[in-house]
Amino acid sequence: MENLLVLTHVDETGSALTKASLEAVTAGRELAARLGASLTIGIVAADAAAAAGVLASTGARLLAVSGEAFAQPRYTSDAAACEALCRAAAATIVLAPGSSRFSRVGAGVAHRLGGFIDTHITALGGTEAVEATRWFYRQRVEAVLSRDARPWFLLLDAGTHAAFAGEPAAVAVEQVSVELPPLRTTVTGIHAPKQDAQTIRPNAKLLLVAGAGWTKKQADGKIHAEEAGDLILGFLRAAGASLGSSKSLVDQRGEDQPVLPFLTHLNQIGQTGATPRHAMGLSTCCHGEEPHVVGWRFIADRRAISLDPNCGWTRGKADVVYIADAFQVMAKVNALLGAGAGK
Amino acid sequence: MANAVHIVVCAGIVPDPLQTLEPITGPNGPGLKNEMVLPAVLDPWAASALYEAASLAAKNPGSKVWLVSLGPKAKLQQVMMTVAQKVHFDLVPIDGPIGGFPDAHSTAAALAGAINAIPGLDKAKLLLFGGWESATRGAGVTLQLTGELLSITDQFQGVDQIDLRDDGSFEVLERVEGGKHQVSVCAGTPAVLGWATGNLAEPRNNPQVGMVNMRTIMPALQKAKPATLAANGLRYVSVGLPKQQRTTRVVKDLTPDQIAAELVEWIGAE
Repeated sequence: MENLLVLTHVDETGSALTKASLEAVTAGRELAARLGASLTIGIVAADAAAAAGVLASTGARLLAVSGEAFAQPRYTSDAAACEALCRAAAATIVLAPGSSRFSRVGAGVAHRLGGFIDTHITALGGTEAVEATRWFYRQRVEAVLSRDARPWFLLLDAGTHAAFAGEPAAVAVEQVSVELPPLRTTVTGIHAPKQDAQTIRPNAKLLLVAGAGWTKKQADGKIHAEEAGDLILGFLRAAGASLGSSKSLVDQRGEDQPVLPFLTHLNQIGQTGATPRHAMGLSTCCHGEEPHVVGWRFIADRRAISLDPNCGWTRGKADVVYIADAFQVMAKVNALLGAGAGK
Repeated sequence: MANAVHIVVCAGIVPDPLQTLEPITGPNGPGLKNEMVLPAVLDPWAASALYEAASLAAKNPGSKVWLVSLGPKAKLQQVMMTVAQKVHFDLVPIDGPIGGFPDAHSTAAALAGAINAIPGLDKAKLLLFGGWESATRGAGVTLQLTGELLSITDQFQGVDQIDLRDDGSFEVLERVEGGKHQVSVCAGTPAVLGWATGNLAEPRNNPQVGMVNMRTIMPALQKAKPATLAANGLRYVSVGLPKQQRTTRVVKDLTPDQIAAELVEWIGAE
C-alpha cells in the first residue's frame, strides 16, 4: 500500500498555509482516496501549530517541523525539514506545491531519500498506477508519465486543484525533530516593486499581454512609447489586471530601442518566461507564437487586438480577435473604465 | 585573487524556439520528429547563466569558466560555432542523447561525473551555474540533483543577480511568487545558482573570442565521453501535441468605440 505525504508550508504571515499548499492537500486527499492509501500532511513553519488548524477536517496524520530556522525559505533548512518529514511518514508518494520554496529543494530531498521527482504536474490520473500529466518543451508537448520507483515526488503546478477549505479546529500535530547542519545562508529580505508599481498580480482575473507592436512606428510614422506606457498602466490600474509581455518587447531594454520602463523580465511570458494561470487574457500588439501558444496555454478565455487580420498565431488560439489599432481601442477602454484615458 | 571563483555552467542544447515540434515515439521512447536536423541553440536560461558567469569571472581575476554540455557531439559542435563567439570558456562535452524526455536523475549523474573529472577544478571555489529550468524537459531539477551529487547544500533558483563581496560572501536575488525577489546572503562558495534571465544582454559575436575558444573546443569534442542515460523506471504513457483548437471569431467591422464597449462588458468591470 502507498503511504502518501503532502508537504506544505506557510505564507509570508508565518501562520497560514499558502494557497498552493492547500491545493496540494486537495490533490493528496483525492489521490489517497483513489489508491486507498494512508494520508499524512507535513508542515514546515516557524510555528506549525498555528497553521495546522485548517487541516483538522482532513482526518490526515499531521506532522510538523517547527522552529525559527524554518521561518526562512532556504535550501539547507528546508531540505533538512522535508527530508525529516518524508522519513517520519515513510512516504512512498510525496505531493508538494510547485512553489518557489519547494521547487528549490524538492529534487535535493528526493535524491537524499533515493527517490525520484517529476515537477510541473498538472493532473494526476491512472487506474492501475499513478499517472502524472506534465508539459515538455515549454508547454508545447503534453505527456502522461508514470514511475515504479519509490519514493516518487510530484510537485504540482499552482491552480490545477481547488484549495482545501476546512473548518479550523484544534488538532494534534506530531513534531518531527531535525538536526540542522551549519547554516551558511541568511534570507535578508524581499525586493518588491512599490504597491502602485507592481504589474504582476498572480491572483488577477485578467492578464494583459503587451507585444512589441506598442513600441513600433505607428500610422503617423512615429513611435509613441510614452503614450503606450500610459495606456497600459492605466488599464492595469482600472481593470486590476496583471501584465505579461512578449520576449521581444522586454529584450528591447538591452538593445537601445524604445522601451516601456516598467517592464522587466519578470513580466515575460512564453518560451523563456512564465506560463501564468488567469481566467482571462487580452493580448495587444503581439504577432508571434510566444504569447498566443506558449504563454497562453493555461488562460481560459482569450481575446486579442491585432492590426493583422492574417496573423496565424491568433487563429485557433484566441477566442476573439479584434482587427483594430490597440492604441485607439485601449484609450476608449480606459475611458469607459474610468481611467481618465490612461493617465 | 582573493575572490577568484571556479564557475561551471551546465547548459543543454534545445531546438530553436521558432521551430515547429512534433513528438514521435521510437524504440527508445519518445522524441521529436527530425530532432537531429532541427536547428538548435544553447538553452536560453542556461545561456543567461553562461553570460553571467563570464561577467563574474571578468570582474574577479583568477576566475575560470567551464561549460558542461550533454548532447550529440555533432549537434554540440554546431551550436558551439556560435556560442564560442560570445564569451571565453572551456568546453566539457558529454556525448549523449538530445531532448527533454530522458530522465533528469540520469542526466544529473552524467553532469556530476563530468564535473568531478575536470582537471584543476577547485570545488571549494565552485559556483555551479545553469538555467533554473530547461526549454526541453523544463523540470527545474537537474541542477539541484547535480549539486546534491557534488555535496553542495547552498542552492538558489530563479536567480537574477549575484553580488560577490570582498570577504567572499555573496548576495543573491531569487525570483519568488508575485513578481518579487528574495534576497539572501551566502557565506561563500561552493553554491548552486539556477539562473533565470539575469540582467545582461546577449553578448555580440566576437570572432576573436571564437577563435580562441575553438582551439580547445574542437579537441574537447573529439575526446567527449559517451553517456547512456538510464530510464530509472520512468515510463511514458502518452506523448502528444495539445489538441485544443479554438474557433476564433475575427472581428473586422467594429469601430474602436464598439470594440472597447464589448471588451469592457467582457471584463465585467463596468
